[in-house]
Amino acid sequence: MFTNFPFFPQQASVQAGQVDAVYFFLVAVTAFFSLLIASLIVAFAIKYRRRDDSEVGAAIHGSLALEMLWSIIPLGIVMVMFVWGAKVFFDLYRPPAGAMEVFVVGKQWMWKIQHADGNREINELHVPVGRPVKLIMGSEDVIHSFFIPAFRVKADVIPGRYNVLWFEATTPGTYHLFCAEYCGTKHSGMVGSIVAMEPADFQAWLGGGGASESPVAAGQRLFTDLACNTCHIETQQGRGPMLTNLFGGKVLLQNGATVVADEVYIRESIVNPQAKIVAGFQPIMPTFQGLVTEEQLLQLIAYVRSLTRASREGAAGTSQ
Amino acid sequence: MATLTYLNNGHGLASWLLTKDHKRIALLYLVSITAFFVVGGLFAMLVRLELLTPTGDLLAAETYNKMFTMHGVVMVFFFLIPSIPAVLGNFLIPIMIGAKDLAFPRINLLSWYIYILGGMFTLVAALNGGVDTGWTFYTPYSTAAANSHVITAALGVFITGFSSILTGLNFIVTIHRMRAPGMTWFRLPLFVWSHYATSLIMILGTPVVAITVLMVAAERTLHLGLFDPALGGDPVLFQHLFWFYSHPAVYIMILPAMGVISEIVQAFARKNIFGYSFVAFSSLAIAVIGFLVWGHHLFVAGQSVYAGLIFSFLSFLVAIPSAIKVFNWTATIYKGSVSLDSPMLYAFGFLGLFTIGGLTGLFLATMGLDIHVHDTYFVVAHFHYIMVGGAIMGYLGGLHYWWPKISGKRYSEPWAKFSALIVFVGFNLTFFPQFVAGYLGMPRRYHAYPPEFQVWNVASTLGASILAVGYLIPIIYFGYSLVAGEKSANDPWGARGLEWEIPSPPPTENFTVTPVVTEGTHQYVRPTQEVGVA
Repeated sequence: MFTNFPFFPQQASVQAGQVDAVYFFLVAVTAFFSLLIASLIVAFAIKYRRRDDSEVGAAIHGSLALEMLWSIIPLGIVMVMFVWGAKVFFDLYRPPAGAMEVFVVGKQWMWKIQHADGNREINELHVPVGRPVKLIMGSEDVIHSFFIPAFRVKADVIPGRYNVLWFEATTPGTYHLFCAEYCGTKHSGMVGSIVAMEPADFQAWLGGGGASESPVAAGQRLFTDLACNTCHIETQQGRGPMLTNLFGGKVLLQNGATVVADEVYIRESIVNPQAKIVAGFQPIMPTFQGLVTEEQLLQLIAYVRSLTRASREGAAGTSQ
Repeated sequence: MATLTYLNNGHGLASWLLTKDHKRIALLYLVSITAFFVVGGLFAMLVRLELLTPTGDLLAAETYNKMFTMHGVVMVFFFLIPSIPAVLGNFLIPIMIGAKDLAFPRINLLSWYIYILGGMFTLVAALNGGVDTGWTFYTPYSTAAANSHVITAALGVFITGFSSILTGLNFIVTIHRMRAPGMTWFRLPLFVWSHYATSLIMILGTPVVAITVLMVAAERTLHLGLFDPALGGDPVLFQHLFWFYSHPAVYIMILPAMGVISEIVQAFARKNIFGYSFVAFSSLAIAVIGFLVWGHHLFVAGQSVYAGLIFSFLSFLVAIPSAIKVFNWTATIYKGSVSLDSPMLYAFGFLGLFTIGGLTGLFLATMGLDIHVHDTYFVVAHFHYIMVGGAIMGYLGGLHYWWPKISGKRYSEPWAKFSALIVFVGFNLTFFPQFVAGYLGMPRRYHAYPPEFQVWNVASTLGASILAVGYLIPIIYFGYSLVAGEKSANDPWGARGLEWEIPSPPPTENFTVTPVVTEGTHQYVRPTQEVGVA
């Protein structure tokens, strides 16, 4: 009846091997202890089975040495798991510099994706193999979670902030993309595919896409259309702070605090400008909440980032 | 003329609904949680039947989502959390410490009424069309998007929380103030220690979840902006608040089961526990550390890496007291006089399933690995191994162990052994395949799924059908024992403990003369005395 009897997921990213190595270690340790305990219990139950109804067990009250032994050995083993797991987590968490950036917006119940050159996709993401890909992800409504089992990566996609996910595909192919955080009626329909391609095929695919403008260009156009440029001029004399070389740097606020100008800060400054006022400026900016979509926000952020590109590439802390 | 017991001391509905006897209140809980268990089980069956095929064909997506939500809400808040404490704890704690009742008998009855009121809210929510947020009520879905009866269900959880708080308070005061002469802290049965630890979690944790679900209700109606980012709120704040209670809540379910297992292992190995103080204090350690691990539910939610590190470390730490218990139970069987009566079979089932459940928890505490398995069926399998394999096996084991005391009747031992076996086999067939499906990447809460996961889901649904039979059989033979069961002796198992020294079923006042305690529980070796066997 079932010809398809999968036992283990495909390994199709550089991360998959790292995660699976920890997994096998844990499977081995837990199988060993489960079998140890099960055999001891069964052996004792047989060896010391009650032979006479008046029989009682021996009066043994405990052993400090044994208690120490079976506290310290497991503690040592789980600390190996802790350190190894944390190491893998850090590797999964920190995207390498120079990763190819892709913007992702989750909404009930679809994934909207835009590449740096402007190519758009829905529920499908084409990536080249052998190159780190960094997804910058936001949500239009509720919490979603971007999950690629074959790559062993997952990150929640949360309204009001940007989470980052990175991976490097190793094997060309088509892989499942799932929404892993329950998001409503058609949660299980919020699925798609990751298409990993040879770099040359990927370039060809990019070229064949619709001639849509890049997020930076779209952001620049929005910047003018929304008249942002009337206050945020290219000198410090504007009514709003200058945005050149802003991204990734520290910003001094009116209340004396400093913040890092990351994606979340830029987003907040657009939708809720009164939340953090830059020192030396008046709280005069109106909110753009509801006037710009999540995708347009990402485009505006891409544009603001592009104003820093040349000088500070790589230094920009990507928010989490 | 039958002797006067708590069961025949007063007849008619009013004598039950207005009783202040902890034993009768325990039976009120027994009947009501069994009803909720059946309801929650029916929701689970519908979920499993839907998942038999990859396409969503049996239920509409919306209905399916409501089924798993109602399954979770009913099972967690109306069955698992009250199960052992409210039934067995209520019945046994006063008897085990040599008291005539709990410290606050009226408050005890009040907690049952509060529980029923909370349950009514939840049933009304279900009958009016249900809730579709998942039992976790995650924001902003629950506050901004869901169109179902979130507020009614949230109020049900809010109300029933007070029942839990009052029960915990009652236990703590009782254990502190009502112990018989000579019943020192280190002579307390381990069942009492585990309930003491459980009660601490109940009174410290439950108010937090009560406030949290109230915040959800307030956000839905008044749009306060607590969780909605558009109003300056933080949707992830909810997850911190929710898991601050709901992770310790797992220990509310498992600690009492651990207490039951400690009693059963001693009674059926006829041997005092190995390492009493380690088993007792590990309960307290679990209760305390258990409050500090909630962030392991947020490894992929964009929590700070350093916070994640601390939560991961503490989650590994909380595994150690559980390991200590398992090793001590195993050592207790060594050189015992082991009989495999049905309660012991359930206890062995617990040991196997809880060990797997606990060890797979390590996979989820491992940060780099949790990223992959988080929100997949691996997690579903893990927590069912703890909450069903652990807590329900413990509950059933305890029910079988103390049933002769509670009812005064013997049930069919062969049928009981058979049901223990069926439950064990059915359980593993239901949930072990979910570990595989989870690692393959099958996300939880999916109404439809890619066809390659089907084989594991078919196994799981098959197992669930077997499990359902395993749960039905005890209802039948327990019921039958009430009508036609053989009368039980005071101490049918040859066990030690104050509860076995009084008649089965006990008189209303438990003890006609307050006992004077001279030794710890389960001391079987007595040089001067033959072991009496009924």
